[in-house]
Amino acid sequence: MVTLGDYLIVSGILFAIGFAGVMLRRNLIIILMSLELMLNAANLSLVAFSRFRVNSIGLPDYNAQVFVFFIITVAAAEVAVGLAIIVALYRARQTTDVNDISSMRF
Amino acid sequence: MNSILPWITLLAPLVSAAVITLFTLRWKPVSSFISIAAVLVSFTCSCLIFTQSGIAAAEFAWIDIAGAFKVPLGFTLDQLSKTMLVLVSGVGATIHIYSLGYMRDDEGKSRYFAALSLFMFAMLGIVLSNNFVMLFIFWELVGFASYILIGHWFYRDPAADAANKAFITTRIGDFGFMIGILMVWMATGSVVFAEITPRMSVLASHPTFVTIAALLIFCGAVGKSAQFPLHVWLPDAMEGPTPISALIHAATMVAAGVYMLVRVAFVIQASQTALLVVAWIGTITAVMAALIATQQNDIKRILAYSTLSQLGYMMMAVGLASNDAAMFHLFTHAFFKALLFLGAGSVIVMLHHEQNIWQMGGLSRKLPITFVTFAVGALALIGCPPFSGFFSKDAILALAYERNTPIFVAGLFTAFLTAFYVVRLLVIVFFGNSRSEVARRSKESPLVMTGPLIVLAILAALGGFGFFARNFLALPIEKEAAFLVPALAFGALIVGSGLAIAIYRNRTSEPIDIEVLRHKLYFDEFYAWLINWTQELLARVSAFFDRWIIDTGAVDGSSRAILGIGALLRLIQVGNLQGYVFLFGLGVVAVVYFAVFR
Repeated sequence: MVTLGDYLIVSGILFAIGFAGVMLRRNLIIILMSLELMLNAANLSLVAFSRFRVNSIGLPDYNAQVFVFFIITVAAAEVAVGLAIIVALYRARQTTDVNDISSMRF
Repeated sequence: MNSILPWITLLAPLVSAAVITLFTLRWKPVSSFISIAAVLVSFTCSCLIFTQSGIAAAEFAWIDIAGAFKVPLGFTLDQLSKTMLVLVSGVGATIHIYSLGYMRDDEGKSRYFAALSLFMFAMLGIVLSNNFVMLFIFWELVGFASYILIGHWFYRDPAADAANKAFITTRIGDFGFMIGILMVWMATGSVVFAEITPRMSVLASHPTFVTIAALLIFCGAVGKSAQFPLHVWLPDAMEGPTPISALIHAATMVAAGVYMLVRVAFVIQASQTALLVVAWIGTITAVMAALIATQQNDIKRILAYSTLSQLGYMMMAVGLASNDAAMFHLFTHAFFKALLFLGAGSVIVMLHHEQNIWQMGGLSRKLPITFVTFAVGALALIGCPPFSGFFSKDAILALAYERNTPIFVAGLFTAFLTAFYVVRLLVIVFFGNSRSEVARRSKESPLVMTGPLIVLAILAALGGFGFFARNFLALPIEKEAAFLVPALAFGALIVGSGLAIAIYRNRTSEPIDIEVLRHKLYFDEFYAWLINWTQELLARVSAFFDRWIIDTGAVDGSSRAILGIGALLRLIQVGNLQGYVFLFGLGVVAVVYFAVFR
């Protein structure tokens, strides 16, 4: 029997991997992918909450699932914008390494 | 019985002042006649009020804050205020008429008469008020009118300075007066005299509070009646036109302090300490002013110091808890001092505004009417029987003899000094040879000026007799043992006058020179130094505060603080994206920790 805790542990591991990716990798595209991973970790935990919160007539709570659809939509938009920025940046600087993008450092 | 007369009495001069200021500033004769008509209306109404007993006036509620603070616009119409009404409007009327002559060719005649009417309105208001707030408002209005009139010739610097000095000095006293009023209101919950009187008993258990309140109220009188140590403004106020000196700075306004103390005697007499202070302030003023007067050379200044001295006598009487004696002296003093000032004014005008007594001399032959009336006033002032001053001064001295020997001795000494300097003035101005060209060519004043002199001379001569004064005042009761007192007073009078005649007969310049007295005991110099010093101190403290606290501390300090914090915060802006993410992650962990686990 898979419990809510199991789902949350998997979700937490996914989130940690995503966070580590954002923090440690230098390539902007990888960082963007890691961000998506973190968003999906959140989605997973929300769906798990939905599934395990059953009301009096045996139906799950759909609020969290609706929330997940919103997150997916926003994530898609974010990826579109983010990739566009990265392409523009690459055209300007010929690099996607965050260490090289430092002109606003004081 | 309600009557409209008190309202007419009060408002006629106000209407006159308003009409003159608004419409007739350009037509000087019209202005002067409006003003005189108004004062005559007031005088007539005052006389009618005086003859009716049981008269009352409609009262209006002016301020009423939830019953806690009520100020009505109402009148007190007892014997005291009726007498003062007749006195103020009567003396005022003679002086209005006299002003016609004195201010004949003055540029600002309309302005002068408007201010005179305003003064009459305010002074009658003081007399009629039935509560502290109304009294205070009229009190300030009187001060304001006095300010305008002292500064009538404002283009002359001494007059403008004197006006400022008078206003500011009296303000100092008025500030105390206001606090005193608030204290009385706080304690009794009312500002109406008639309501406070029965409630004074609640204060019996707080003697310190009563003493402080009484002394603060006395402060107002000290300022307005020019008592030591706020007396410095009155001699300078002589820069104003002479009729003003007679009306405001001798007969009525300066007496308002005494009247006010008598009116609120229920507060003053509730504290023995306050009474003692009042009596001694009066005594000090009387002696000091008389001493200074002996060495002055300006005819109006001598009279001004004699006013101070006589007001000192009145304060003495108030302090000895005899309102009757104080009011009696106020009553007689108003006549003879107005007379003396108008006489002096007559001399000054006929000598083309010469005020130095050493430039006069021998005027008894040139200005006979002025001389005779002035002499009557002088004799009344020094308390020569049977002139009015004798009776009232004797009443005060008898009172002092009975209750406080040191004050009696000081009073007697003042009587001696008074006789000395008044006879000195008479001898120098009216006898001997004329010492200047203007004095030799002078001639008698017109009837419009001598008329009021004669009227006032008759009043000054008769004012003290019981059969006359009793109609107006409750006279102080003479005690049996008091034969000694008039004898001593008369002795002082003879010695003083004799000495003055012996020293000053046929002199052409001052034989005695007492530097300290000539400089008025250095009061002005002392105050100048004091103000200079406090101002300097205040300026230094302010400069320090401005330079170091405001500029360096608040203004520069805040900019430096922002710069410093900025420099510190800049250290964490490493410019490394991953660094920010790490910090952000730490932040999230911290938020979750505090939100969930704490």
